[in-house]
Amino acid sequence: MTLRTRVAYGLVFLLLLVGAPSVFAIDTGKPFDDPVLQARYESIIAEVRCLVCQNESIKDSNAFLASDLRREIRRMLEEGMTDGEIYDFLVDRYGEFVLYRPRASGKTLFLWIAPGLLLVGGALQLARVVRRRMALPIGDVS
Amino acid sequence: MGRFLLPVVAVVAMVIVLMIGLTRDPSKLPSPFIGQPAPEFDLPSLSNPDERVGSASYAGQMVLVNIWATWCVGCREEHAFLNELQRKGAIPIYGINWRDNRAEALRWLSEFGDPYVASGFDVDARVGIDWGAYGAPETFLVSADGIVLYKHLGPLNPHIWQNIFMPLIAAEGATR
Repeated sequence: MTLRTRVAYGLVFLLLLVGAPSVFAIDTGKPFDDPVLQARYESIIAEVRCLVCQNESIKDSNAFLASDLRREIRRMLEEGMTDGEIYDFLVDRYGEFVLYRPRASGKTLFLWIAPGLLLVGGALQLARVVRRRMALPIGDVS
Repeated sequence: MGRFLLPVVAVVAMVIVLMIGLTRDPSKLPSPFIGQPAPEFDLPSLSNPDERVGSASYAGQMVLVNIWATWCVGCREEHAFLNELQRKGAIPIYGINWRDNRAEALRWLSEFGDPYVASGFDVDARVGIDWGAYGAPETFLVSADGIVLYKHLGPLNPHIWQNIFMPLIAAEGATR
């Protein structure tokens, strides 16, 4: 292989690398004219779980369910619904699990307070151990 | 000895909870509709675009609402059982033909039999979304008052029918 063909291959490869993401873009819908709406749209679809492929958001998934939900969210935004109303729409139909960040409610309360409880519990335990050790005579390392 | 008791109990409790978690199928989600009014819908009929099929078609009756499609492998699997239910006159079955092609759906029904009183043609999945559909087949048991008594995700079979649907139908009939 001459140097020139190598360079040519290299260039083609580079072009493929650069070009690939646009070819594989998941969301093929036309962006909103209003940048504010577009930003809201993008933040919502990143927060919604695709239920057929549970570890992907509907932003990252090309499952048909994800594209249907993106279309519905787009429609709701165009109709002027608030983010809260759109999340309500989804939770009413698919349950709390559709949201990556479940909302604080009776059912999910434990989920939200558990880290705090663990932190407080750990701190209390630490304080107890430290206090007990401080009461030991200096030099006693057993 | 005493100082180890609490950590040991905590670890054992955690193992038990996590093991229970392992036995569950994470793709089967609880439906938010159980005990709630079933979503209303109104769709063109699959067999005749000029006719309508929807919740008004079965008002006042206990029915199955089955979300199906020709591209859905599980639907093919349960189809014979749906035919059997229809033959036995067990319960009226209404279909929501989800994200499908009309010609293919009609061919499927003429080839494998049509267990449905009628099917609505939900080509753009708007009604599917209203019913929270995400993995066909999905079968809803809707009471005469329009309340969702149960939702089954995946192919229906005699075992599930006898153990879950029949007791629910009997209990609902007894209270009326």
